[in-house]
Amino acid sequence: MAQPLSIAVVDYEGGNLASAARAAMRAAELSGLNASVIITNEPAEVRRADRIILPGQGAFADCAHGLEAIAGLKDSILQAVAKGTPFLGICVGMQLMAERGLEHGVTEGFGWIAGEIAPMDAPGLRLPQMGWNELDLHRPHPLTQGLGPAPHGYFVHSYALRNTTDDVLLASADYGGSVPAIVCRANVAGTQFHVEKSQTVGLKILANFLAWQPEATF
Amino acid sequence: MLKLRVIPCLDVKNGRVVKGVNFVSLRDAGDPVEQAAVYDAAGADELTFLDITASHENRDTILDVVSRTAEKIFLPLTVGGGVRTTDDMRRLLLAGADKCAMNSAAVSRPDLISEAARKFGSQCVVVAVDARQSAPGKWEVFTHGGRTPTGMDAIDWCKQAAERGAGEILLTSMDRDGTGSGFDLDLLRAATQAVRLPIVASGGVGTLEHFVEGAKAGATGLLAASVFHFGQFTVAQVKQALTDAGLPVRPSPAPFQVSQTS
Repeated sequence: MAQPLSIAVVDYEGGNLASAARAAMRAAELSGLNASVIITNEPAEVRRADRIILPGQGAFADCAHGLEAIAGLKDSILQAVAKGTPFLGICVGMQLMAERGLEHGVTEGFGWIAGEIAPMDAPGLRLPQMGWNELDLHRPHPLTQGLGPAPHGYFVHSYALRNTTDDVLLASADYGGSVPAIVCRANVAGTQFHVEKSQTVGLKILANFLAWQPEATF
Repeated sequence: MLKLRVIPCLDVKNGRVVKGVNFVSLRDAGDPVEQAAVYDAAGADELTFLDITASHENRDTILDVVSRTAEKIFLPLTVGGGVRTTDDMRRLLLAGADKCAMNSAAVSRPDLISEAARKFGSQCVVVAVDARQSAPGKWEVFTHGGRTPTGMDAIDWCKQAAERGAGEILLTSMDRDGTGSGFDLDLLRAATQAVRLPIVASGGVGTLEHFVEGAKAGATGLLAASVFHFGQFTVAQVKQALTDAGLPVRPSPAPFQVSQTS
């Protein structure tokens, strides 16, 4: 029997790790995939993993600093991504993929996708955006296949990616204007909404991520 | 477009659902996890557990319930009742809760809101406000399950909660709770005008029209317990009523499909 697909959920005290791990496991089960999920802050385990999931909740700066506070952890993600390991950021984990965050001062992100994380405007609407919003899929992609009609994701955020480039946008949602919902470049992807809390739509995206064979390495 | 959230609330005491309906599909109607699964399949947008366990010794039972629910159900889960400290919150979040609702503890020590927001992020801090009308256009905050008057103005308290970093207000009208006479729309309008946070309306739903009224008064989440527990309405009926009134709801998601491998 082949080695199970190993999935590392990166632990930097950045959010709902258990939920992300459980959802990834469930997604593997539903798609008949032999997988093992670990929640880890060990750089060696992150480098070894077949898939990396980076959750995140709270402020961009806190998450960025939390990641850097654990020796070698951020570097292990950068090294894994450079050798082609598929990466999925969730919520602030997705936001960290941008060039910089503007929450609590200017903080550098991974810089994998253009743009910055800025406060949302959403004139006349409640903030944070909290709840289910319809995903507008921009083009077919392995990560967004099989989502069914009118897929919705569960969003909770008051900061969003802006000034990014169209080529990385797989999906957006409308909240007082277009809000980036799924981004992807080469072997790195991210969702602004919580895939781990988005019922079958989220599980399907996670399953797609586990099965994903990116055509390019970042 | 963001959709209204229809939120069934389960009252949980010592790990068992209080006033649960005996759904035919359930092996054990008192098991909150099984009831949660029914609501999940029925198209609920979120779930709320209210822990009304009387004794402190039994608090750990809610952690077990939350953990078993989070293993099966991939929906946002709010847990309220007995949340006194950030340690209580951490335990609930680790067990699988997404948001914690605090009421009495936040009133007695408002710094708890800011501490929780700083530690875990505003998105998981819900301030539950139990309000009772004291004069026309005036509502007073009550704590300890509605037993203790505080003298605090409910709308001012909502504003303060927002300033301290709450991510959501769960606003319950004690005058309406359990009456089936509808949400307190004046209270809802006053609160939604005073703060920009999302507000979940609670207390008083008795008809489908009441959900529509709550949404039109500005609530973005509509919470109900009895009408769902006793099988008076299904989540689908509520969503249909909202749709008929021209209000946005999330359609039930398609089942998980295994992709064809070529």
